[in-house]
Amino acid sequence: MTESAQVGGRYVLDRADFPAFLDGMRAAGYRVVGPTVRDRAIVYGEVRAVTDLPIGWTDRQEAGQYRLERRSDEALFGYNVGPHSWKKYLFPAHERLWTATTTDGSFEVRPEPDDATPLAFLGVRACELAAIRVQDRVFGLAGDPTYARRRRSVLRVAVECGQAGRTCFCVSMGTGPAVHDEVDLALTEVLEGDRHYFLLHVGSDRGARVLTDVPLRPASPVEEGAAADRVASAAASMGRSLTTTGIRDVLVNQPDHPRWAIVARRCLACTNCTMACPTCFCQSTEEVPDLSGEKVERWRRWDSCFNSQFSAVHGTSVRQSTQSRYRQWLTHKFGTWHDQFGESGCVGCGRCITWCPVGIDVTEEAAALREPARPTVPSASKGTTP
Amino acid sequence: MAARSLPPAAEEMPSPWAPVPFRVAQRTAETSDTVTLVLTPARDAPEFPFAPGQFNMLYAFGVGEAAISISGDPAAPGSLVHTVRTAGKVSGALAAAGPGTIVGVRGPYGSAWPLAAAEGKDVVLVAGGLGLPPLRPALYTMLADRGKFGRIEVIYGARTPKDLVFYRQVQEWRARTDLRFQTTVDAADRSWYGDVGLVTARVPDLRVDPANTVAFLCGPEVMLKFTVQALVAKGMTEDQVYVSLERNMKCAIGLCGHCQLGPEFVCRDGPVFRYSDVRRYLTVREL
Ligand SMILES: Cc1cc2nc3c(=O)[nH]c(=O)nc-3n(C[C@H](O)[C@H](O)[C@H](O)COP(=O)(O)OP(=O)(O)OC[C@H]3O[C@@H](n4cnc5c(N)ncnc54)[C@H](O)[C@@H]3O)c2cc1C
Ligand code: SF4
Ligand code: SF4
Ligand code: FES
Repeated sequence: MTESAQVGGRYVLDRADFPAFLDGMRAAGYRVVGPTVRDRAIVYGEVRAVTDLPIGWTDRQEAGQYRLERRSDEALFGYNVGPHSWKKYLFPAHERLWTATTTDGSFEVRPEPDDATPLAFLGVRACELAAIRVQDRVFGLAGDPTYARRRRSVLRVAVECGQAGRTCFCVSMGTGPAVHDEVDLALTEVLEGDRHYFLLHVGSDRGARVLTDVPLRPASPVEEGAAADRVASAAASMGRSLTTTGIRDVLVNQPDHPRWAIVARRCLACTNCTMACPTCFCQSTEEVPDLSGEKVERWRRWDSCFNSQFSAVHGTSVRQSTQSRYRQWLTHKFGTWHDQFGESGCVGCGRCITWCPVGIDVTEEAAALREPARPTVPSASKGTTP
Repeated sequence: MAARSLPPAAEEMPSPWAPVPFRVAQRTAETSDTVTLVLTPARDAPEFPFAPGQFNMLYAFGVGEAAISISGDPAAPGSLVHTVRTAGKVSGALAAAGPGTIVGVRGPYGSAWPLAAAEGKDVVLVAGGLGLPPLRPALYTMLADRGKFGRIEVIYGARTPKDLVFYRQVQEWRARTDLRFQTTVDAADRSWYGDVGLVTARVPDLRVDPANTVAFLCGPEVMLKFTVQALVAKGMTEDQVYVSLERNMKCAIGLCGHCQLGPEFVCRDGPVFRYSDVRRYLTVREL
């Protein structure tokens, strides 16, 4: 039985009707992007058919480790988060800001035209919704037009987690695994015996519009309960945790804590954590002139506070040591972000832990910084200090 | 968690990234590597109001952008004045821009010298090297409304006499009786009859009432720190002192992240800070 979906309504979408759901998004004018398997990882890319989704795959993550494994079922969203985040669409890693041409003695700047097809983000995790919200604030305050334009056109289709990863700590950060944010559509995948369906919550008119030709029926209390159980079990199986009480002060007030020197011995300043992090926004601009000298493009690309030239003033970096750069990253993310934007810069997705080549774990570092600073720098092994 | 509104629609928003073309109307050599440019809008454009202490992102076409303080008179917003020292690619291209050259301007950005707070008080300006251009708009404003302020003391230090900018104007200021303008150089040559030594050495004999004084400081960070110490020794407190800071800047709109100093975006929250507000960040190494 199909009925027109109402905002605020909760429905059941059968797995068999998932293709119709994809068609519905496309028919409404969206290009659907979501999880796909590529290079032995689950990354975001174009989803043309259900078979593009990581059917039956899951991701096993640990500090410095990521591996795809087969699941015992055919879940479409049976993984957590991969190396990509949605920021690659809203804030592309390399993006033209404007083109300028010389015109009779002066020049004219043309901002990037708005010609992209609106995107549907399929499979946004709760932590990722939070990350988008964090970047909304950063880019919104700066008045960045390309971000705003893309962001406004996006259809956000959330999928709640039914399991947590070993590096996840969204419960600590208050961002997941349940979806509480404003969202266009939210799905919870349920596999029970031979039943495979999605509980679907309609969060906006925009979300309702893509459902016009999708077979749905109202969810029963039992189905709603089954979906809630899944999310509860994800919440109960967080791989990591982080104490957030007073975390800002722990970081901001301890720039001389000996832990910084200890972690700096391991950190390669490779920038992986900042690239993988869905909230990191640092960027650099670059000038790309053409050979004629009459046309110039301004591009921006992701930058990282771990790069040596990032803080250069008159040819010398303010932050020369890896120690000072690691301190900047962690202090910004968990500390000064609060001063700047009134919230944490971390949403607990665990990417920086998983994708750190040496397995540095922000939750472990944050915990260690809570240990009272000792007068002397202890050795990396467990100290014998009483 | 509180619901948050979307960023405003692009149509409602002119791109903060797009420079506006200005024409170099006049170029004056200040020193061997520093010039002052007077810019006027290349196309019909409204005036360019700014507050003393603010800066622009100046764009050399095809080369790139640099943060450059506005060094002109806020009471004459019809033209924009910038003083640029060749420090690299962009500043070099800007400093080489002769009359007629088109450069781009984004701005004005950042915080201002708190002139309102200085009214009725003695005011000390301390400039080191290229620290004078960002202070000049404040001096123009105070001299235009001289009665509003108590004593005005300026200490301007440069490495050598050849590094002094605004040379003729400095002579005029030195001749004024409603202002004491001292110049000092680290190393004198035969032509120099003025003081030799650091700006900090001139602080002890400032003729101001320490309890009722504000100080504006601009120059290299070490100079700022030592000058604050000298002012404190003189009886002032750190909350009476304002400094203009310099950090790597790519955007000036609080987005590129490069200029962060603790919680502050120097481009947006600064460059002018009350010293007591940033002291704790400036005293941590490599922050
Ligand atoms: C608020 C503010 C006001 C300024 N006012 C003036 C002024 O009035 N006159 C003036 O001549 N200069 C001023 N500067 C300094 C000027 O911005 C730099 O000299 C310029 O950016 C150097 O760029 P470049 O391309 O010429 O050098 P590059 O060829 O880029 O080489 C210089 C190196 O320093 C880096 N750099 C980035 N930001 C700065 C910075 N702020 N200062 C120095 N190096 C930097 C560059 O990225 C590069 O790594 C100001 C800087 C700030 C932050
Ligand atoms: S800091 Fe790490 S865990 Fe937190 S949002 Fe960024 S990548 Fe995720
Ligand atoms: S952090 Fe939470 S919401 Fe994000 S992937 Fe892990 S369980 Fe899901
Ligand atoms: S200059 Fe980009 S954030 Fe300040």
